[in-house]
Amino acid sequence: MSEPSHGSRRSRVPAPKLLFESGSPGRSALDWPAQDGPVEGSIPPALLRDDIPGFPELGELEVLRHFTCLSQRNFAIESQFYPLGSCTMKYNPKINEAVARLPGFAQVHPLASPELLQGALALLHDLEQILAEISAMECVSLQPSAGAQGELSGLMLIRAYLSEHGGPRKKIIVPDTAHGTNPASSTLCGYDVVQITSSTRGVIAASVIEKVMDQDVAAVMITNPNTLGLFETQIEAIAKVVHAKGGLVYLDGANLNALMGIAKPGHMGVDVLHMNLHKTFSTPHGGGGPGAGPVAVKAQLRDYLPVPRIFKHGDKFELQDDCPKSIGRVRSFFGNFGVLVRAYAYILSLGGDGLEEASRMALLNANYIRKKLEKSYQIAYDEPCMHECIFTDRVQHKNGVTTLDIAKRLLDYGYHPPTIYFPLVVSGALMIEPTETESPETLDGFIDAMLQIAQESKEDPELVKNAPYSTPVRRLDEARAARKPVLRWDPGSSSNT
Amino acid sequence: MRYTPHTPADKERMLRTLELHSVEELYQHIPQTLRERAKIDLPRGLTEPAVRRRMASLAAQNAAAADWSFFLGGGIYHHFIPTAVDAIISRSEFSTSYTPYQPEVSQGTLQALFEYQTLICQLTGMEVANAGMYDGASAAAEAVLMSRRIQPSSKRRVLVSKALHPQYRAVIATYLRNLHDVHLEEISFDASGATDMAALMRHLDDQSMCVLVGYPNFFGVIEDLAPVKSACERVGAQLISVTTEPLALGLVKPPGEFGADIAVGEGQSLGIPMNLGGPAFGFFGCQRKFVRNIPGRLVGETVDTEGSRGFVLTLATREQHIRREKATSNICTSQTLCVLGATVFMSLLGKSGIKCLAETNVARAHDAHLRLVSKAKLEAVFSGPYFNEFVIRAKNLEDIFARCAAQKIVPGIKLGQWYPELQDCLLVCVTEMNEDEEIEQLVRTISRQ
Repeated sequence: MSEPSHGSRRSRVPAPKLLFESGSPGRSALDWPAQDGPVEGSIPPALLRDDIPGFPELGELEVLRHFTCLSQRNFAIESQFYPLGSCTMKYNPKINEAVARLPGFAQVHPLASPELLQGALALLHDLEQILAEISAMECVSLQPSAGAQGELSGLMLIRAYLSEHGGPRKKIIVPDTAHGTNPASSTLCGYDVVQITSSTRGVIAASVIEKVMDQDVAAVMITNPNTLGLFETQIEAIAKVVHAKGGLVYLDGANLNALMGIAKPGHMGVDVLHMNLHKTFSTPHGGGGPGAGPVAVKAQLRDYLPVPRIFKHGDKFELQDDCPKSIGRVRSFFGNFGVLVRAYAYILSLGGDGLEEASRMALLNANYIRKKLEKSYQIAYDEPCMHECIFTDRVQHKNGVTTLDIAKRLLDYGYHPPTIYFPLVVSGALMIEPTETESPETLDGFIDAMLQIAQESKEDPELVKNAPYSTPVRRLDEARAARKPVLRWDPGSSSNT
Repeated sequence: MRYTPHTPADKERMLRTLELHSVEELYQHIPQTLRERAKIDLPRGLTEPAVRRRMASLAAQNAAAADWSFFLGGGIYHHFIPTAVDAIISRSEFSTSYTPYQPEVSQGTLQALFEYQTLICQLTGMEVANAGMYDGASAAAEAVLMSRRIQPSSKRRVLVSKALHPQYRAVIATYLRNLHDVHLEEISFDASGATDMAALMRHLDDQSMCVLVGYPNFFGVIEDLAPVKSACERVGAQLISVTTEPLALGLVKPPGEFGADIAVGEGQSLGIPMNLGGPAFGFFGCQRKFVRNIPGRLVGETVDTEGSRGFVLTLATREQHIRREKATSNICTSQTLCVLGATVFMSLLGKSGIKCLAETNVARAHDAHLRLVSKAKLEAVFSGPYFNEFVIRAKNLEDIFARCAAQKIVPGIKLGQWYPELQDCLLVCVTEMNEDEEIEQLVRTISRQ
């Protein structure tokens, strides 16, 4: 790794204009013969538009150059180490991209009859079985578009199940370490959220659940390993407490990458689980989607899964929309099929052994970083970590250097920062998840940079506080963006010169 | 092992650092009852050629538009996608990045999203748009939830046109099933295939929260939203337009010009492959005054410490990671890579290209309609103006499907599964991808009695 400059200026590439600030009237990259019949006779003039003011007028090379230039202003897994905690930024294999683009997957219409979709349905059916095996759950729906929609579906089917068994109940218990989507999904499902505090050891004590668990609690939502990277060692005892009072256990499977071949959620007493295929199963994050968030359940909850369901009769795969107890449809068609294809190819490539090795190496990498940095950064919880480790800025804060400053300085060293200020229970959290696809040399490079920044924080805190220096833009004024939101281009509205 | 670079020597060195003898020691604190049952019973991993073979054999069992003539729409459309779109979204700088939480090193994604928000505003005529939703159906459901946040609690009746996509109506019902203050009512359609205005007027009252109308609707009909908007205005209900075929907006009057309060839809038509219906994205636009109630990600313009223009995620205080149970939505993705594809697509087509492609759709669909009615003697069902889809009635649908299948044609979507009153009807879609010969072959195949 090259030594980052001490505050020296980066060589600045001029910022690209917006699409709307270049081009010429009448220009288009589309070369299509004009249609024959008059449109005016087909659609009443009152329903036609005159113009699309501001819409681009560019040539093909101009467009490509624009977006290529934009791409160079991004960090990405294939260019940088991206140890973003809780996001599982592992390598996204190329073979998955290639097979997802096969015409038999990419050019398939969802409303063609099932006889014309047997290969797709076979893939989906098999993927459901595979995910059930990995998690020790009974039944899986691949419909949810993302983890948050998986959560919503899971809570809805809990509610539907409980409604038929004495009443929907009123509350969901959520620990203070949970992802923000947990309480947000609970509200959307009509539940009140009861937040509980983790123990001083960073995990939930069964005794704490026992105190809040009553006949009004529908479910407890647990992330395991939790967002501190710690395994919830009391989860079986917690499940017993919850079940004894007629409640259900929901597991947020965001961190499943730590568990494959190590422990299965279905054995922990979990009733409902969602998985993030864009994390554990290597599908690309795409700068913020698309992902996929399948939901898995135990047998008693099977009938409540979203529709459509896929069933195998003899050699034929069939779709069923008519499931009276189902919570219904959570999105159109069959979920994010293209994402499911990629995850399936990944699982085929690794096999059972490979998935288990992936989790083991994810643990090894995280613990290695933890060990190497523990003398220079304060560890949030002195417990054995799973696939991610959490530090704080407590040591550096003495010199006025915060987690945000450390994160920004890492950019100068060519690394994407860890997840920062999350989970909320850790003041100044730096959450590092290396994943299994990184080599020890890459980890060593990152560790060196972190140690260097710790040193800089002591010797030259201002250097760290003013970082980054080498990025396409310097620190951005986020308060200004929120105070007077400019959310679209308008002629003459731009603040750029 | 594939994708994990650790050699035995690497592992040994790392374990030495950790003062351990085996990787298994890292998780001895997990209860043994869990560990001993954790083995994953799946076959061994396959080589790359073997994965390719397996996937190709599954793909071969599906009917793809490359080999078949599809006259299928209903929310997912077979359109031309310039090669340049995939070239850009395949760039790993875009595809393998995360949500742009660190704006200094995410300006590429952020600027593209800002441009996308602008393009959606221009296309829909709305004042603001978010950075993307899961799909059109969930975007419609989120629009209803947003209306619930804006409207007073005395207004909780939601009126949904029956000419709105049946799956969208199903998703809206799912999202509302646990919010017991909201009442969902369906409004029938008339002989033109548009929302029945008389029925709408009967249902609208001062308790009405919002009205959802397809534009174009599920039958392909371009509804006049002007009378719907005035009817809404009289009682203070919000108008939500829902578009499954956004290419139409290259030609028809945008929902914003009718005064729609919220305009949502499915973006697949704008440069995204059909993919069995996903992933694509939902778009979401609204009037500026509602911006703090909008769900999902928003990108805003700002400046850096040196005064240069830059972009950031903004108004995050609406969102789940800050507001938790009080967030406007639980969504945290914006289907960004699909949205990027649409941004490239719209940039390539531009103002004249999108209009040209839209006109081609209108012309081809009307040509096919004419030939199916005059030559194949099928009956036109609705009288309203339409974009690239229309409904026809045929006495012998099963027979037609069988004959078409033999010619590798899918003639359309049977409507009886959602509309008992349209049991013998077919929704036919014709796009710029259906060449004249294909249309002729469809007409010939259906005509052969």
